[in-house]
Amino acid sequence: MDHPRRKLTRKKSISYAKWGYIFIAPFFITYLFFTLIPQFLTVYNSFFESYRVGLKQIGPTFVGFRNYADLFSPDSSGTVLILKYAWNTLVIWFIGALPQFVVALLLAVLFTSTRLNIRGQGFFKTVIYMPNLIMAAAFSMLFFTLFSRVGPIQALLEQWGVVDQSFDFFSYKVTVRGMIALMNFLMWFGNTTIVLMAGIMGIDQTLFEAAKIDGANSVQVFFRVTMPLLMPIFVYCLITAMIGGVQMFDVPQILTKGSGQPNETARTLVMYLNGYLTNKNYGMAGAISVIIFIITGVLGGFVYKMLSAQYKTDKTPHRRARG
Amino acid sequence: MTKAKSNIENTMGRIQLIIIRVIVYTFMILLAVLCLFFFYLMVINSTRSNAQLATGFTLLPKGNFLVNLKNAWNDASINIPRGMLNSLIIAVSSALLTTYFSALTAYGVHVYDFRGKKFVFSFIMAIMMIPSQVSALGFVQMMNKLHLNNSFIPLIVPSIAAPVVFFYMKQYMESVLPLEVIDAARVDGSNEFRTFNTIVLPMLKPAIAVQMIFSFVSSWNNFFVPALLLDKAEKKTVPIMISQLRSADYSKFDMGKVYMFILLAILPVIVVYVFLSKSIIKGVTAGSVKG
Repeated sequence: MDHPRRKLTRKKSISYAKWGYIFIAPFFITYLFFTLIPQFLTVYNSFFESYRVGLKQIGPTFVGFRNYADLFSPDSSGTVLILKYAWNTLVIWFIGALPQFVVALLLAVLFTSTRLNIRGQGFFKTVIYMPNLIMAAAFSMLFFTLFSRVGPIQALLEQWGVVDQSFDFFSYKVTVRGMIALMNFLMWFGNTTIVLMAGIMGIDQTLFEAAKIDGANSVQVFFRVTMPLLMPIFVYCLITAMIGGVQMFDVPQILTKGSGQPNETARTLVMYLNGYLTNKNYGMAGAISVIIFIITGVLGGFVYKMLSAQYKTDKTPHRRARG
Repeated sequence: MTKAKSNIENTMGRIQLIIIRVIVYTFMILLAVLCLFFFYLMVINSTRSNAQLATGFTLLPKGNFLVNLKNAWNDASINIPRGMLNSLIIAVSSALLTTYFSALTAYGVHVYDFRGKKFVFSFIMAIMMIPSQVSALGFVQMMNKLHLNNSFIPLIVPSIAAPVVFFYMKQYMESVLPLEVIDAARVDGSNEFRTFNTIVLPMLKPAIAVQMIFSFVSSWNNFFVPALLLDKAEKKTVPIMISQLRSADYSKFDMGKVYMFILLAILPVIVVYVFLSKSIIKGVTAGSVKG
């Protein structure tokens, strides 16, 4: 707005501020109604005893923090269920996430290497990203049918003599957790590869050349140049993967028919929540929701910090329309 | 260094490079096979009859595909065409709403200066990582009270407020939307909504397309909240039907039909992916932290 006439006439510019509010209003009204109020209601419920016995509704009666106390007190066999399920979630997440990050990092480094000049990357990326878009419910149903006692995988393994007829993939802790982790790995390693690749390509290429001229070998370049500079993105991927892990539900729910069998070793936190939600025990469901909210909130806090830091440093100043 | 010595080193380096390449390509092929293997088995098994399936493992297709398709399509207990229609209605509506309103919100924050703008931006960023499961209890309670269970409204309308899509749109606008264009439109007498709808939206086409796909896919695959809200048979979506399939008495099922159900459940997404994989993969990296 450096037009000289404007300066001369000193005409006051029209304020467009109200349009800002109008444009963001639908978002906030929707958020308030469909998320914020429900969120408040969820927390509110956690302080009430409210459940059903058959057709009879018990409560709601205000009980303070008793639902939380119940949640963290041991059952008749001495296990604190929520801790058990949290542990299950963590273990299954870890078994899938470890290969996910190792493979993704490896692929990202190999694909961005100009010396190796790997061909067919486009097609390969298309293939490895594909499982990410597949309906998790259908994918786990597919795993169930393929790995069931009458399924083709079992038949093949019997034919090879690896297992006998008494074997069942769904009766061992290791195999059930392994199947869930394998599915999580398949669904997410392509995504992580693509994000990490973009991260490496975003690194100033002259740094790699400088390191090579200084006589660094590829291993040294990886640990001294690539990794430190990739760290923000790597940590971002890791934390968002953790947040995704906390929400793990569709795959174990369908695979184990909601039971988390054997011995509930494949039951996750959100499956626990879902169980109370379907039984309409809203007091306990509320308390679990709050616990999950706190976990994701802490993890999300890191993501928030990273994104806002990036927004402050990364942003190039640019002209804005007059407001 | 003598010439001969450097020649030897060169050849050694080349051999080393070839060996590494062979290892890398083998690794890539193995991973690709692992990704496709289970889906390949699914397609093969959807062409086999129940009796053929009982004979075990094979990598070769049989001729029962159309019979399985007919059986699955006309199944009495799992109305898959209805489920696919329901899922389609919800997913398409969500994709339209989420992209339009996210662009609108991002435009509001990007173009105008108003009090509390910084807070608005920080707020949206802060709520981005909160999963829908933690407010599901209150959400379901409220929808039940409003008699909106078994309605698609609670599965469509909330997509107006999508922080991730907002964030993507905001970043996209920063790179492609010169504010001079808006000023010019104002000078020409265009009001703010018209400017947005007729000038800005077309400029955002690539971003809208990518986010529509992602939104469609996540809505199509969504299981947790719909399963809590929809219990009428004619309202159920595909993921709910798949979970019903798992809960049913498995031994009595025609397995050819089961594989066909799974195939039908993921087919629309696969079709979209086959045609648009390039732009989808480009869209994956946007919106995450840069180095």
